[in-house]
Amino acid sequence: MFYIHCPYCQEYREEEEFHPRGEAHLMRPKDPDNTTDEEWGDYLFFRKNPRGVHHEMWVHSVGCRKFFNITRNTVTYEILETYRMGEQPSITAETEKVRKEQGVQTADGGWQTIGAQPESKALNEETSS
Amino acid sequence: MSNVSAKQFDTVPAGNPAVESPLCWSYQQQKTANSANAGVVLREKALLGHVVLRGGAIVLDEAVRQVLGISLPAKPNTVERDEAGERSIQWISPDEWLVIVPGGEECALERSLRETLGDAHVSIVNVSGGQTVLTLAGDNAREVLMKTVSFDVHPHAFPVGKGVTTIFAKATVVLRRTSETEWELVVRRSFADYCYRWLLDASAEYGIDTQ
Amino acid sequence: MTQTNRIDAGGRVDRSQTLEFTFNGQSYKGLKGDTLASALLANGVDIVNRSFKYSRARGIVAAGAEEPNAVVQLGAREETQVPNVRATQQALYKGLVARSTNGWPNVQRDVMSWVGRLGGGFMPPGFYYKTFMAPASMWMTYEKYIRKGAGLGRAPHESDPDIYDHMHHHCDVMVVGAGPAGLAAALSAARAGARVILCDEQEEMGGSLLDSRETLDGVSAVRWVEETVKELASLENVLLLPRTTANGYHDHNFVTLHERRTEHLADTASEAGLAGQARARLHRVRAGQVVLASGTHERPLVYANNDLPGNMLAGAVSTYIRRYAVVPGKKLVLSTSNDHAYRAALDWKEAGRQVVAIVDARANPDGDLVRQARDSGIRVITGSSVVEARGGQRVTGARVCAIDLERFVVTGKVEELECDTIASSGGYSPVVHLSSHTGTRPQWNEELLGFLPGEVKGMISAGGVAGHFGLDETLADGERAGRQAAQLTGFEDAQAITLPATRGLRDGKACALYQVPHEKTALRAPKQFVDLQNDVTAAGIELATREGFESIEHVKRYTALGFGTDQGKLGNINGMAIAARCLDRSIPDVGTTVFRPNYTPITFGAIVGRHCDELFDPKRYTALHQWHMENGAEFEDVGQWKRPWYFPRTVNGKKETMHEAVARECLAVREKVGILDASTLGKIDIQGPDAREFLGRVYTNKWAQLAPGRVRYGLMCKDDGMLMDDGTTSCLADNHFLMTTTTGGAAGVLEWLELWHQTEWPELQVYFNSVTDHWATMTVTGPDARKLLSELTDLDLDKESFKFMDWRDATVAEVPARIFRISFTGELAFEINVQANYALHVWKKLFEHGEKYDLTPYGTETMHVLRAEKGLIIVGQDTDGSVTPEDLGMQWAIGYDKPFPWIGKRALSRPDTLRGNRKQFVGLKPKDSSVVLEEGAQIVFDKEQSIPMAMKGHVTSSYYSPSLGHGFALAVVVEGRERMGQTVYLPMTDGTMHEAEIVSPVFIDPKGERQNV
Repeated sequence: MFYIHCPYCQEYREEEEFHPRGEAHLMRPKDPDNTTDEEWGDYLFFRKNPRGVHHEMWVHSVGCRKFFNITRNTVTYEILETYRMGEQPSITAETEKVRKEQGVQTADGGWQTIGAQPESKALNEETSS
Repeated sequence: MSNVSAKQFDTVPAGNPAVESPLCWSYQQQKTANSANAGVVLREKALLGHVVLRGGAIVLDEAVRQVLGISLPAKPNTVERDEAGERSIQWISPDEWLVIVPGGEECALERSLRETLGDAHVSIVNVSGGQTVLTLAGDNAREVLMKTVSFDVHPHAFPVGKGVTTIFAKATVVLRRTSETEWELVVRRSFADYCYRWLLDASAEYGIDTQ
Repeated sequence: MTQTNRIDAGGRVDRSQTLEFTFNGQSYKGLKGDTLASALLANGVDIVNRSFKYSRARGIVAAGAEEPNAVVQLGAREETQVPNVRATQQALYKGLVARSTNGWPNVQRDVMSWVGRLGGGFMPPGFYYKTFMAPASMWMTYEKYIRKGAGLGRAPHESDPDIYDHMHHHCDVMVVGAGPAGLAAALSAARAGARVILCDEQEEMGGSLLDSRETLDGVSAVRWVEETVKELASLENVLLLPRTTANGYHDHNFVTLHERRTEHLADTASEAGLAGQARARLHRVRAGQVVLASGTHERPLVYANNDLPGNMLAGAVSTYIRRYAVVPGKKLVLSTSNDHAYRAALDWKEAGRQVVAIVDARANPDGDLVRQARDSGIRVITGSSVVEARGGQRVTGARVCAIDLERFVVTGKVEELECDTIASSGGYSPVVHLSSHTGTRPQWNEELLGFLPGEVKGMISAGGVAGHFGLDETLADGERAGRQAAQLTGFEDAQAITLPATRGLRDGKACALYQVPHEKTALRAPKQFVDLQNDVTAAGIELATREGFESIEHVKRYTALGFGTDQGKLGNINGMAIAARCLDRSIPDVGTTVFRPNYTPITFGAIVGRHCDELFDPKRYTALHQWHMENGAEFEDVGQWKRPWYFPRTVNGKKETMHEAVARECLAVREKVGILDASTLGKIDIQGPDAREFLGRVYTNKWAQLAPGRVRYGLMCKDDGMLMDDGTTSCLADNHFLMTTTTGGAAGVLEWLELWHQTEWPELQVYFNSVTDHWATMTVTGPDARKLLSELTDLDLDKESFKFMDWRDATVAEVPARIFRISFTGELAFEINVQANYALHVWKKLFEHGEKYDLTPYGTETMHVLRAEKGLIIVGQDTDGSVTPEDLGMQWAIGYDKPFPWIGKRALSRPDTLRGNRKQFVGLKPKDSSVVLEEGAQIVFDKEQSIPMAMKGHVTSSYYSPSLGHGFALAVVVEGRERMGQTVYLPMTDGTMHEAEIVSPVFIDPKGERQNV
């Protein structure tokens, strides 16, 4: 159960008030009639699925009914920021790497075998990509 | 009506036809409870006027001050009331407010607001038939709310004058704290029976008085 | 039976209150303050269960949540049965009835144990899978008997008489565990002013202090516990939850607590005199900071026959003696790797019973407790360990031998000591379960020989779980954690509080000992159990590693180590240590398995709360529901709505069937006049100068010319070109529209409109508001509809002034109304919208005036038949998210030449939507007029084709039409519109084959004359 700061209500609300609406910052091609089938197919069907920092659109459906964006770590489930529609994220996969290197601690997880470092070390280091 | 582009509809009939609040049927179905020393007191404020305003805060603020004499709450999740406490405006979203007035005033209110607002881009929608107000009071009202809504109803987080839209069990509610001891729950008509039954059930251990 | 093991003084039991209870059919007496486990031990009950796989006799091992054996079935009556209750966590009450979960006919003489004994050597890990897999088809049969033999409790067959509920909490500091660290943390945070919740799973708060030999400020530690709890209880900002287990730790500091409210008093709340109270409550806590003070679990040593009744944890022995005044035996041998366990021997001796010896694996133990033991004359055997327990139904002796820890061998001669109890301690494992629920990794600490909680944002671990084992250290760490948590949640001024002084006993260093070597190899020695609940042995783990399982997760799944309700509380570290030794790797290298919620079993009742029966899901009612009830409607669930399905009449004392009622209702509409409650349709008020433009973008058809007073049907697609909803939209004024949606689509469509407005076209000036509940909608339809309505309205219903697809403001029965001339039945129809509070009045007036026209109420089933006869689709029934407007043959509703690239347009020219062999919407007329095809039936073109036949479509709607006198169906068929008149076949599962002709989907009045009169 996430605890989500609604950037419009300006307070934290329980996850059950929200609906996730998939990847954020998708752009509908401006001129669909002159878009190739491939480009239109990409817009319709292809989505990012990163391990680490991800930008998602959510809607505060039982609340202010506003859509907004969340920057979330898909490994730790930590919500790094929420921001209004039309704004850009201040934290991205690149900046998150910096955060980690500077020693900001977050819960790490997602591995079946916790504590078993050697064989998963290489994978773990890719976390932010 | 200066705003010719929107269509006002008067729902208040001229005659005196039978009228039923959303909880009428529930009261008939579920025997009203009346325990001595009830920890929870539940009432319906039936047949009030409910109007949803949408638009820019500045233009709407001016209009409601003029028409209702109350300012538009600018701070998220707050409620402004007139001195009698009979008329209120609640922040619902950055461009949406819920106005609740005594029953019968809603059509005149809509008309006055439209006149005042002229051609401004706003939306005024009468939803009086679609929702009703319940009040919850008593020593255990807060415990009942804690069983019901996930939002923090502790006085620190929910002072008098606050109002939020949130989950009510498996339905939704607009929850407002009107005084130190009383809460208002604005529920949708079709969910009113569910909310009523839920409150009866959740209050049972404290004793509940519904009439 | 008498309480032979009860001592006369001490303990926290009330000797003035004797409680009778029944275990496995036998009556016993215990005391108030006992747990079921302590009462059983007091009565000298050795065998409490049979083991899961080998059916070995098992006794009580522990005193808390980690108990693996004493898992019982509780409840005096069928409806009060509760499975998987730990006897160590169940408070004793008068009349308690419990049974072992395993063992048939009883735990003393168990039939399955012979299977275990004979087959024991032949039941390696994976035994069942390896043995019973051939033939595979027989597994279901085998499984039934295997499960019956194993049995881990059973659910009751009758409804639970109790109620349960949930409660939401928000706090600054959530303290898990009320031992010394938790109490100090709670006190520190509470005094700083933070909102604190303190929970503890035991009957009493205090944790290890309740059986401690320590003093605080010179008096018994219990005194400090009582004073602290009293202060906390007096504070308005503190919520104390005893008997409450923190069972799950979820994202963003969300903790679920399971509070047992009445089950320590009686089987049910009403028997406890608390009728109407929830038996258990699930608390859902959102915490600013979590202070994890869950303490440690003692690890047993893994030696041969360590599962015989009489083998116990050293700490449990102390707990039973000091807290419950029960000495669980007469002669004790203690086998340990650390100082702390010496308490068991000291307590035992002080209780007046014989300590045969303390066997210490360390060569030179030298702590304060060791000195005390020696001073009191207890024999201490060093550099040695108990390597094997002897006995049949209970321990009768211990085989002790010198061991070489480095080489993992026994070195000296075996000495056999006579005893009835062997207490063991291999050290203390921090209870990291909750921290692991978040996905964080526990970190191995070589100094402490245990895993410590990993870093979790918002969590501070304190005391034992953080690796602080001494009491003064634990208290100080708790105080620091509480203060820090308060500071982090906004109470920056939190001050350190004064802690009581301990005696400061010094513990010597412990040694690493998990599995104890034996003269024989693990495979040949008597069984050395690692996980008692799942019957996993050291040999089993060794075998698993030899068979190639190197990941601890695979070892776990192969052997069942740490499965189920146990969640590896006792056995995990030992199991990992054994796997590490076998794989020649270090423990941190092997890693630990993931602990998952729930920490201990939780009843389904608590999970469900009050979301059951009538309140399972909201039931939504229209304003006319009361009338429907009074008039005998049968109801259909449409989403959460209760809609009248049909209105059966009683004719000559016989109630109509659905078929009869629907036939009557259909004919009434086609021949006279019917009325439908259509209030559930979604209604959205749209206002703004760009409302019309917006409609043009979200609907496939054109909206530019729709004049005030007119209504239009619209199709809404997703951007992939597939139909998502349909409905009519009326132009109320130039900038004002009223959109209707399907009943199920109401919320989704409103969110869809907001999505596009907020994210793609914020520049458009338009607002949307739901008015679904505000309006009640009544459809009056049939040839007599105009006559009836004209009696009640001031509106001129003349067909020239009020045309098909017009709407007007009017009054109906003196109530302001909007009347829409739209039709979903194909007949003359008026949809009347009135404010819902007046709906019943208007509806009743219509019936008063409708009597002479035989006005017939009809439900959703008749509505479906009537619209299908007209070939009108229902989104979600005739479409499934893969159907375009083109597929439906609704080209007339697609505005390809609209200027804006509306939603769905581009996708209609993708190769997939243009391909020729798409399924198209058609009607089907069965060749046999008595046949009503099955909805969902597959359609084939070639009935002679062998299976698998090429499926060319399916039936989407199918009914009997009383107007046509035969069954008919709507369907989607490959290139259906080019196949008009062709015969298709519908093979059914019973082998029959239906034939049907492809026809137009419009079966009645194709020219639409009836609705236009």
